[in-house]
Amino acid sequence: MSLPIYATFGERVWYYTFRVICALIFIFLITPILVVIPLSFNAENFFTFTPEMLRLDPDGYSLKHYVDFFTNNEWQRSFKNSLIIAPIATIISVSLGTLAAVGLSQSHVPFRRAIMAILISPMIVPLIISATGMFFFYSKIGNFMENSMGLDKNLVGYIKVILAHAVLGIPFVIITVTATLVGFDRSLTRAAANMGANPLTTFFKVQMPLILPGVISGGLFAFITSFDEVVVVLFVGSASQKTLPWQMFTGLREQISPTILAVATILVGLSILLLTTVELLRRRSERLRGMSPG
Amino acid sequence: MAESHTSDAFVEFERVQKSYDGETLVVKDLNLSVPKGEFLTMLGPSGSGKTTCLMMLAGFETATHGDIRLGGTSINNIPPHKRGIGMVFQNYALFPHMTIAENLAFPLEVRKIGKDEREKKVKRALDMVEMGKFGGRRPAQLSGGQQQRVALARALVFEPELVLMDEPLGALDKQLREKMQFEITHLAHQLGITTVYVTHDQTEALTMSDRVAVFDDGRIQQIAAPDTLYEKPENSFVAQFIGENNTLRGVVKEIKGDLAVVELDDGELIDCKPINVTKVGERTQVSIRPERVEFDKKRLQPGVHTLKAEVLEFVYMGDIFRTRLRVAGNDDFIVKTRNAPDQKRLQPGEQLEIGWLPQDCRALDA
Repeated sequence: MSLPIYATFGERVWYYTFRVICALIFIFLITPILVVIPLSFNAENFFTFTPEMLRLDPDGYSLKHYVDFFTNNEWQRSFKNSLIIAPIATIISVSLGTLAAVGLSQSHVPFRRAIMAILISPMIVPLIISATGMFFFYSKIGNFMENSMGLDKNLVGYIKVILAHAVLGIPFVIITVTATLVGFDRSLTRAAANMGANPLTTFFKVQMPLILPGVISGGLFAFITSFDEVVVVLFVGSASQKTLPWQMFTGLREQISPTILAVATILVGLSILLLTTVELLRRRSERLRGMSPG
Repeated sequence: MAESHTSDAFVEFERVQKSYDGETLVVKDLNLSVPKGEFLTMLGPSGSGKTTCLMMLAGFETATHGDIRLGGTSINNIPPHKRGIGMVFQNYALFPHMTIAENLAFPLEVRKIGKDEREKKVKRALDMVEMGKFGGRRPAQLSGGQQQRVALARALVFEPELVLMDEPLGALDKQLREKMQFEITHLAHQLGITTVYVTHDQTEALTMSDRVAVFDDGRIQQIAAPDTLYEKPENSFVAQFIGENNTLRGVVKEIKGDLAVVELDDGELIDCKPINVTKVGERTQVSIRPERVEFDKKRLQPGVHTLKAEVLEFVYMGDIFRTRLRVAGNDDFIVKTRNAPDQKRLQPGEQLEIGWLPQDCRALDA
């Protein structure tokens, strides 16, 4: 969009002002994230730029906070917890969310809007309210599993957190999958049925591959939700389910250690990696889909 | 036009009704039987119920009343994937994430046919529609006509006895459409499969079918071979819908066996053949095809009534001349004449007398 030759003076002024506004918004969004990255290489245990860092003196930088993250037991345990809880919660969210979206896309289902609203409510209701509700709900279930089913206390703790996180992730999956289903050609499932495929085969061989981009991005959102969730896990989990965000939260309050900054940088890197992978995957299948006839 | 039960009927609709909302009937009392190997076309304007009938046959819609039978057994309670009917969809419905060969292998895979035989059948089906070289491509890499062929091959690859086609040529340009019309009929007859074809294009229906069922208002108005349908329409809807048609309105003056005299609304008299008029005084619409109108006095039968006409417009169309006349107050009376060396080119403003053979002019319902 370059400036046309007949642009008036006012249009020229607006053209450049608009660009400046966009740049400002961009800086506003990205600075808090970017500023963390150099700080995480701080040689001192401070949250501020030291004079050495500002002089770009190599002595002002170090990897000691990263070393701390990878060697400190507290951090490692919480990292492992996050890696256990987030993927399992994601799998549950994706399976249930996709099924719900496919079901709700059928025109003959009664009360579709109401059901949809209820299912995505965890995204709208303030987290602290969900968390309070879940605290009471899961403590009853937890007691039942421990006392009547004789399950290990630790395991029950994980189950509770995973289920709670799955509930938080489901709305994202429903929304993204529903969006992909809008463009789905219903005559494809009819064609499959006509050729002798039962509904299950039709779903896995025809519908699923075509709505996969939506399922994947929904899953990504669900994963991130669980991976950086701190409120619900504080309410529902116990100390042995301490996740990475929880550890960061306590780290900030109790230790004020720049290791947090190192963790934050790692998480930013991880998110970028995940998003890129998923975007590439999505584009690939979109390409196949976008070329659908009609 | 209820048809009698015949023992060799392969597809049968018996008193079938369909309503989507429980109030209005989209299909009203449909009776139809298609013998094995026939190419039947359901023709009608949009909303006439023809596509609904096809969907009921495929199993995507359920009949509200009545019985649909395939090979003598009722299929009302059989789900679509167990009916074993091939179908070509309007938008082809090729699976975009599979190659052409995978698309064709799909119906064979779900039937658990072994890999070797599967490949053989896929190849044979692709060769049949001259698409053998395209097995490794994806649908999006093919043109509309090629996708059409693939869709056809996919509907035939598992050797169904019945194939349904839902306006399969609608998206193609005229030349390709005419080529495909020929190929589809040729294939269907060669393989001996029964075909039910839905279209709103009457030329397509006439050129392709063994029989055509003309739908309107949820009923079959007439079911007959193409030539019968064109030359002997049984009611004014069919006469209007199939081919070009001139209509004049009037009252029956006298009926003598195979001949009726109709007094047109402006008082002129014409001779015609009574079809669904039975008594004197009844109102009627008479229908005459543009190519059966005669204006050369020497060729008119002596003694028949003639009408005065004024030429309004002459259109040169290459192989034929299309002349618009004013006849008995109708400004849209068309006459078609063949472009022959001795054919007269009428000039606008010219006055003439026109007539026809009484059996070419049919007195239908008003």
